[in-house]
Amino acid sequence: MTPCFGQITVAHYLAVGAVLFVAGIACMMTKRNALGVLMGVELVLNGANVNFVAFGSDYLRPQSLGLDGHLMALFVIVLAAAEAAVALAIVLNFYNSRASIDVDRADHLKG
Amino acid sequence: MFAAIDWQAAFFWLFALISCGFALAVLFTPNIVHMASYLIVSLGAVAGLFFLAGAEFVGAMQLMLYVGGTLVLLVFGVMLTSRSNFIRMKTGGGEWILTLFVGGALLLLLLRTAFLVDGWRIPLGQASPPADASTTTRIGLALSGVRLDGGNGYLLPFVIISMHLLVVLIGAAYLARAKRSADGGQPVDRNLMR
Amino acid sequence: MAEFFDTSLHLPTWLACLLAALVHCGLILSLVGTGAAVFIWMERKVAGRIQDRLGPTRTGGRFGWLQSPADGLKLLTKEDLVPGSADAMLFRVAPYVSFTASFTPFLALPFADGWVAQHLHTGVFFVLAVLSLEVFGVILAGYASGSKWSLFGAMRESAQVVSYEVPLKLCVVIPVLLCGTLDLIAIGNMQAGWMSNWLVFHDPFTFLAFWIYFTCGVASVNRAPFDLAEAESELVAGFHTEYSGLRWGFFFMAEYGSMFLVSCLCSVLFLGGWHGPIPLFDLLGWSYGQEETVFRLTGYLANLAGCVNLILKGVLGVTVMIWVRWTLPRLRIDQVMTTCLKYCVPLAAICFVGVLSWQLLGLRGPNDLIPVAPRGVAGVREGWVRKAEAAERQAQGERTAAAGRRVAARSEKVGG
Repeated sequence: MTPCFGQITVAHYLAVGAVLFVAGIACMMTKRNALGVLMGVELVLNGANVNFVAFGSDYLRPQSLGLDGHLMALFVIVLAAAEAAVALAIVLNFYNSRASIDVDRADHLKG
Repeated sequence: MFAAIDWQAAFFWLFALISCGFALAVLFTPNIVHMASYLIVSLGAVAGLFFLAGAEFVGAMQLMLYVGGTLVLLVFGVMLTSRSNFIRMKTGGGEWILTLFVGGALLLLLLRTAFLVDGWRIPLGQASPPADASTTTRIGLALSGVRLDGGNGYLLPFVIISMHLLVVLIGAAYLARAKRSADGGQPVDRNLMR
Repeated sequence: MAEFFDTSLHLPTWLACLLAALVHCGLILSLVGTGAAVFIWMERKVAGRIQDRLGPTRTGGRFGWLQSPADGLKLLTKEDLVPGSADAMLFRVAPYVSFTASFTPFLALPFADGWVAQHLHTGVFFVLAVLSLEVFGVILAGYASGSKWSLFGAMRESAQVVSYEVPLKLCVVIPVLLCGTLDLIAIGNMQAGWMSNWLVFHDPFTFLAFWIYFTCGVASVNRAPFDLAEAESELVAGFHTEYSGLRWGFFFMAEYGSMFLVSCLCSVLFLGGWHGPIPLFDLLGWSYGQEETVFRLTGYLANLAGCVNLILKGVLGVTVMIWVRWTLPRLRIDQVMTTCLKYCVPLAAICFVGVLSWQLLGLRGPNDLIPVAPRGVAGVREGWVRKAEAAERQAQGERTAAAGRRVAARSEKVGG
């Protein structure tokens, strides 16, 4: 673990991204509130963004992805906003028609 | 003594601990409003990480769009559905065990991979980093299709995203409209804002 | 300033940076705090005069100077209440979130040429991004108070703030477009010279954009006539109903701080910033040139006058906001939303297209009346276009070279 505490490298950023990613996945798996699941999705996307920015950073590696990393991160941010809007609209619809936001209640099609 | 501290590493650890810590807090707290607040702090710290990595524009976009836009939307949703019995919802123990198992395995795998590749583990060292972190003009030019450093322009994704956002805008507005009840009376609207 | 501490006093770098940061933060905090105190006094006096009465006249002599410190003392000594059904942690955190989001953008706001706490290349962006975080304080406060008036008020207020951010940012993009940079110091320096050089007079669309920006700025800090969410006759006090004492004081400072910030940003972007209507110090030869780095007393005085100039313009903006508050009737929430979506957004978009066309057609405006001696930075506008053209030509050259190589490779394959 000694390389951990030296200079900051891409690997450190990847580790942060990994923690965010796994926290998001766990949120998606455990939360009963539909909005909690949405928050998990946001965490996952941010973990991926941290990875992109780390690979595109000129401060961490001599030759990096450069602008490509930054632009990918930008597009991910925009798409995340779009997806959050639609997901929220769906969740609000669900709440209005079922008076519940519990995802366990969404079992109408269950056999 | 202070001069010997690697300030970039210190700030990295600060932001990393805040973002990871609050992300785990989002995971473990059952109160939905607290989750939203912790998520805001976590994503703000991620913006700080972006600034540290030299991505000024992306960091500012993260603050403006993600924290100031997407999360405001999420918090709105939380407020609109915050009836007292939905604020705290606990999950059963069996699910937690499965989650910890799967999540732990994935985390170990990702961490091992992160520290495995040599090219990712070697720090910049003595090579001096570029002094100019202003990527804004270059990003603007790249989005218009002009790339100076030999890559591809991003004009097509840019236009596709604009169409995509237009579609999402119309779709979300349609999905979230106030529904009229069957007999044509007042619209059925449980939202707080009329 | 950090360099001054480092080289003159021979302090280690980290201490020099820390001291510089502390001095900057202290200056800005005192500016915002004093500003809030002065603005509340001014509001009461101006409101009084508009309503044909005098306002505070007793504390501190004829003009009621000490009214603000007296109010501050009263707030400090009030009982610290947290309602029973409140979410205690969020209730306590919300005022600080609001105040932080209101105070932080000042760190990137230049008060004179080079006088900025942190010189960011993406200054405009940073200011707007942090301003948009203030809505969280409002929402958290409204929810955490545990009362439905607060929640209603908070939802309406945050919906209004978030909606008005769109035309606000569209209007801010217009000066950025004209100057080709997000750097606030560069935008300010581009308006050096006489009053005709201000960006508000660049073309009719910029003029219109200035008024739309001001309207959207007033709406986004929830001032009348857009203050339905916190009006006494509507929702008690909106999201800060349950707050009293110093906690309420923080919200209050955040509101006046945001008003001052929006005004100062407006003056930097449109009204010439620290450059006055008459370029007094340029004519006297006192102001720093482009390449000067040595400290000069006359240069310092010129910068100080610029700083005072900017603050005066900001105070003028706040006075206009106060004046409008006590003159116009309050808008209903649906009228507020209609104004944003049906009037401000299309007008801002039309202004944007208009400014673009004006630039493209190369039309002249009042900015060309009195040509300004190029200070180097004043050439940024043309310089940006030239730089982009050079970049395009280079990219074009690379593309033709690459195409030539591809043709050569193909003919080689065919031939060989």
